[in-house]
Amino acid sequence: MTDGYSEKVMEHFANPRNVGEIKDADGIGKVGNPVCGDLMWIYIKVKDNRLEDVKFKTFGCGAAIATSSMITELAKGKTLEEALKITRGDVAEALDGLPPIKMHCSNLAADGLHAAIKDYLEKTGKKMELPKMEHEDEHAESSL
Amino acid sequence: MDHSATTPADPLVVEAMLPYFSEKFGNPSSLYTIGRQARRAIEESRQKVADLIGAKKEEIIFTGSGTESDNLAIKGIAYRNRKKGDHIITSSIEHHAVLHSCKYLETQGFKVTYIPVDKDGLVNPKDVEKAITPGTILITIMHANNEIGTVQPLEEIGKIAKEKNIPLHTDSVQTTGKIPVNVDTLGVSLLSMSAHKIYGPKGVGALYLRKGTFVEPQLHGGGHERNLRSSTENVPGIVGFGKACELAKERLPEEAKLADLRDRLIKGILEIKDSYLNGHPVKRLPNNANVRFSYIEGESMILNLDMKGVAASTGSACSSTSLEPSHVLMAIGLKPEEAHGSLRLTIGRGNTQEDVDYVVSVLPEIVNKLRMISPLAR
Repeated sequence: MTDGYSEKVMEHFANPRNVGEIKDADGIGKVGNPVCGDLMWIYIKVKDNRLEDVKFKTFGCGAAIATSSMITELAKGKTLEEALKITRGDVAEALDGLPPIKMHCSNLAADGLHAAIKDYLEKTGKKMELPKMEHEDEHAESSL
Repeated sequence: MDHSATTPADPLVVEAMLPYFSEKFGNPSSLYTIGRQARRAIEESRQKVADLIGAKKEEIIFTGSGTESDNLAIKGIAYRNRKKGDHIITSSIEHHAVLHSCKYLETQGFKVTYIPVDKDGLVNPKDVEKAITPGTILITIMHANNEIGTVQPLEEIGKIAKEKNIPLHTDSVQTTGKIPVNVDTLGVSLLSMSAHKIYGPKGVGALYLRKGTFVEPQLHGGGHERNLRSSTENVPGIVGFGKACELAKERLPEEAKLADLRDRLIKGILEIKDSYLNGHPVKRLPNNANVRFSYIEGESMILNLDMKGVAASTGSACSSTSLEPSHVLMAIGLKPEEAHGSLRLTIGRGNTQEDVDYVVSVLPEIVNKLRMISPLAR
């Protein structure tokens, strides 16, 4: 478990950035599955095609919380196109790596962000090419 | 606060072991003086281990771990009695050493019945009785559960087993040295023990094998341990195990007193909103507290506790290499997200009331912090 967590992961875990909900969010991405023990909700506020604000709420392990925190930092201020290019690998790299087992199960933040953008596009009727979600099937949101 | 994972070796245990590394390093099979010294030390330890569980010295087989003892008991009985029958009865909340041995035997053509447990983790002896078939060759039910601490009504199961003339095995790794264990009272024919859970060294265990019960060896070689476990004996480890058992017997009343600390801990923790006790409220190990908190996940609790200097464990999948939540917590009827939110604290000799009060004082803040982050908490 904690074995293999980088200092950066522990730092983001201990002091997560941008925790919370955005009341009038323009898009919300919900990913994860309580069976696996990770559930991530990403909220975005969009202005002039840029992510003006990004916040999260996460139920999960150290890696799940740290990756959520990191994605908010990586995505803030980016254009939607740039944000859609952020991958799971980018998030892990920004955290100086994740233990192998966590790469699969808890590194959902990029998916969460993409889902939030997708939600925004659907709500506004805008069109944009979306990257295929990694592990989409396994981590489909289940009813709670 | 993770004494069910392991315990520190008692200084007296270490002191007893030390001469057997380099000074009295003889092979117990050698006939000369230092060999005989080692042999004598092993036999003295065997007596001490036997004394802790009310057994005879000849009924103790030293092994390399509790897991090995479980494997030898289960596979040993199964292969020895293959002609008599092919059915084994166990519970759904056994340690993996037992469950995976049973799963393996299923691949070898044996049939296994997994008895479910109630919401407190108790096996109903009547369910065991009903599961018995003419082909049943073994019943294996753990004495107390390593995660939730529930102590099984083993005596009743022992009576049923005796009546039906079926050997009963129990994994007693969590109970020997913690609560009174007597092989005759429990009615068991085989019983697994481990040294490192009772302030002894790692890498040594024992299997109690009642006179008249026979198992097929799983290690073949030089015929050590009555030909049941070939391997040059781990002399320092066995000496340490013997000493640990001797001390455990003397200190059993102290272990019982841990229940007061445990109850203080549980009471303190359950003051937190939306927290619940896992396992039986009374029929539980004197050192085990297992609680669950709604809306949050175990590993993140453990990391936070670690930052406060407290070691604990969880049934959350996120803390293991499998992605499944604990089979024990699922078997007592918890939902996956509830199982993920479980925390196990197991106290030991080194813990004080101050330690307990400290945990109770830091936990609410940790739980609140994680609930602030959680989308499940409303």
